[in-house]
Amino acid sequence: MDFSALSPVSLIVSLMVAATPILIAAIGELVVEKSGVLNLGVEGMMIIGAICGFIVAVETGSPWLGFLAAMAGGAAISFIFAILTQYMLTNQVATGLALTLFGLGFAALLGHSYAGIKPPKFGTLDIPFISDIPVIGPLIFSHDYMIYISLMIVAGVWYFLTRTRGGLVLRAAGENHDAAHALGYKVIRIRIMAILFGGAMAGLGGAYLSLVRVPQWTEGMTAGAGWIALAIVVFASWKPWRIILGAYLFGGITVLQLNLQAAGANIPVAYLSMTPYLVTIIVLVIMSADKKRASLNAPACLGRIFHASN
Amino acid sequence: MTALLSLSGLTKAYPGVIANDHVSFDIGPGEIHALLGENGAGKSTLVKMIYGLVRPDSGTMKLHGKAYAPAEPRAARASGVAMVFQHFSLFDALTVAENIALGMENAPDTADLTQRIIEVSGKYGLTIDPHRMVGDLSAGERQRVEIVRCLLQNPKMLIMDEPTSVLTPQEVEVLFHTLRQLSEEGTSILYISHKLDEIKALCEHATILRRGKVVGTCIPRDETAKSMAEMMVGETLRTPKKHYTRHGAALLELHNLWLQSSDPFGTSLKEITFNLHEGEVMGVGGVAGNGQDELMLALSGEELTPAHAIQLKGEDIGNLGPNARRMRGLLTAPEERLGHAAAPDMTLTENAFLTGAMRQNLTKNGMIKTAATRKFARAIIEQFDVRTPGTENTAHSLSGGNLQKFVIGREILQKPEVFVVNQPTWGVDAAAAADIRSAILKLAENGAAVLVISQDLDELMEISDNIAILSEGTLSAPRPAKGITIEQIGLMMGGTEVEYV
Repeated sequence: MDFSALSPVSLIVSLMVAATPILIAAIGELVVEKSGVLNLGVEGMMIIGAICGFIVAVETGSPWLGFLAAMAGGAAISFIFAILTQYMLTNQVATGLALTLFGLGFAALLGHSYAGIKPPKFGTLDIPFISDIPVIGPLIFSHDYMIYISLMIVAGVWYFLTRTRGGLVLRAAGENHDAAHALGYKVIRIRIMAILFGGAMAGLGGAYLSLVRVPQWTEGMTAGAGWIALAIVVFASWKPWRIILGAYLFGGITVLQLNLQAAGANIPVAYLSMTPYLVTIIVLVIMSADKKRASLNAPACLGRIFHASN
Repeated sequence: MTALLSLSGLTKAYPGVIANDHVSFDIGPGEIHALLGENGAGKSTLVKMIYGLVRPDSGTMKLHGKAYAPAEPRAARASGVAMVFQHFSLFDALTVAENIALGMENAPDTADLTQRIIEVSGKYGLTIDPHRMVGDLSAGERQRVEIVRCLLQNPKMLIMDEPTSVLTPQEVEVLFHTLRQLSEEGTSILYISHKLDEIKALCEHATILRRGKVVGTCIPRDETAKSMAEMMVGETLRTPKKHYTRHGAALLELHNLWLQSSDPFGTSLKEITFNLHEGEVMGVGGVAGNGQDELMLALSGEELTPAHAIQLKGEDIGNLGPNARRMRGLLTAPEERLGHAAAPDMTLTENAFLTGAMRQNLTKNGMIKTAATRKFARAIIEQFDVRTPGTENTAHSLSGGNLQKFVIGREILQKPEVFVVNQPTWGVDAAAAADIRSAILKLAENGAAVLVISQDLDELMEISDNIAILSEGTLSAPRPAKGITIEQIGLMMGGTEVEYV
């Protein structure tokens, strides 16, 4: 077994790439859950974003337009969820699961003729000299643009939720929707906007997979990333900064097990491939062991149907 | 004197019921005006219209002589109408300052707001710390948060919906002091309550609603509580008679019970010790959130404790679940009717089965004995005067009072030896409440031991032999209810934080 192939710097760089799709999708879902809605359709919205982004990037030759299209696609499919759960008061869990199944199938249909094509290359940051500094250069100054954007999105969400009135109102709707309604806030409108944001972010995360990380289109390519994003929101106790921690931890384990596989570690591949999911389950169990703390952090109205009583 | 707010001909109908039928009255500047009525008389609908949460079908309102028709609460607040809700409209996981900011238009930034909260709370003697999490506050403190939130907007008119139902008598005094001060400064107050002694003490005028109509007005100082109650109900009231009797052996014993609350904002029980005897009604008073829910869960078996902490007829039952306790004769009726005591979307027959299955022997080889279950449900409905078309209606379709009669009747018909009930008459109309209280008294006269947890002190004094107070998770020593005064109970509640500024 050869460990010399595991250079720490390249390991960290690739873990960031592996983590970014989940990071973006999770920060979107965090906003949705903070408003009191549980959208289990992240996986479906991600894959719709992956294919929408891929098609537009290939047809126009611009990855940036691809990312925009992915956000639009993710938001559009989340709008179905919004209408069903907020106006028709359907069960959020069932609707979210349906959204995932629908998204996976619909994306396969859209992407039928796009398998095996290479998308246009997405740019990376390249500052003369600075990006060439050993260690620091590759670690901080030579990532692709979307990694920087994803971190800025997390910072933006943190600022919005904790420092602005809009964020306070959104948290209030997730905490006690009846009280928010009694104070005259439009709970349903707030939640629909949060769902659309969550959809756009999931779409963006999905497009990062198909345009940067892989990069090509294959059916079912999200491979559970959406579910991991959902788990990471819980892991992060609904706190934006901790989303980074959770996503990078997961990304790190993914990359490590891939490298171990490549290095020919003497462990069956099946066990290595399951480690990221196993770790996610273990972390979730530990996090929810303390019932009291878990319920303190979770938005109190999470997943509960709001029906304005006259 | 021109009226500050004048209502004329307000009407609002919901399918099957006219909530308000041509309601008209005036409120003068600086006047404290009481709105009286039973549950379901239309008080809530009326104030929701004034506060812009509900739009009237017809009728007009005038504020300062000008037409006033708020489309939403925001508009009402902008016109100077503020409201303190019956069920607090606060957010547990947010701080006091954040909660207050949510209730204001154009809230200033945090530092400014904190400063203003401290100023206003100091001026009216409503001490609160802006940085604390609301979930950690007592009911009285939460109400202060609501009031300060209203006061920061300099309201001309303050609506208070059942403000004292969660307060200790001493906290009520502080509240009245604040309200009188506001009234002297020219703020009008619309005060909704069914506590008639308080209205006599506080209000200058009263309007009485019954079934959506104004049935009378009066000057509370010139009336007695009884005369106002009869105007509210529209008939003469009878109160159940309590017979004090000698008690038998101890049936239920609690020894040094500790219970960690599983609710992050709940209260853990500390060292609860008492004995409950044959034929005794023991009242547990105290402000909500001082461990009532936890005590109920520990007694019903929904939360388990060390076996010896709870003994029924000398047997350790602390580690037994609800059904095992039911079989041994300990029955309970929790506070929350819909969702805890009864499953809302299930029929009355099914609900009767849920707790009655064991003692009434309603199953055979794992199958429900439908006919026997229906007969049991019908017996409850007939003996406890539950007004419903039949046993196959859902629990949800019953009014609060009728469902409560059903829930209590379901347990009493199973002949409990020990019966524990939490808030037996909360949100129940006066006639149903009287029925429920007499049923409880009759049960005790037949030899059962009854524990009544309630926040209604008048009720506890009416039906209990002994009263103990639950305060921050500890239970005071029980005292004989005969001859005890409201003030003494208030002191037992730990109402020490009375302060006038």
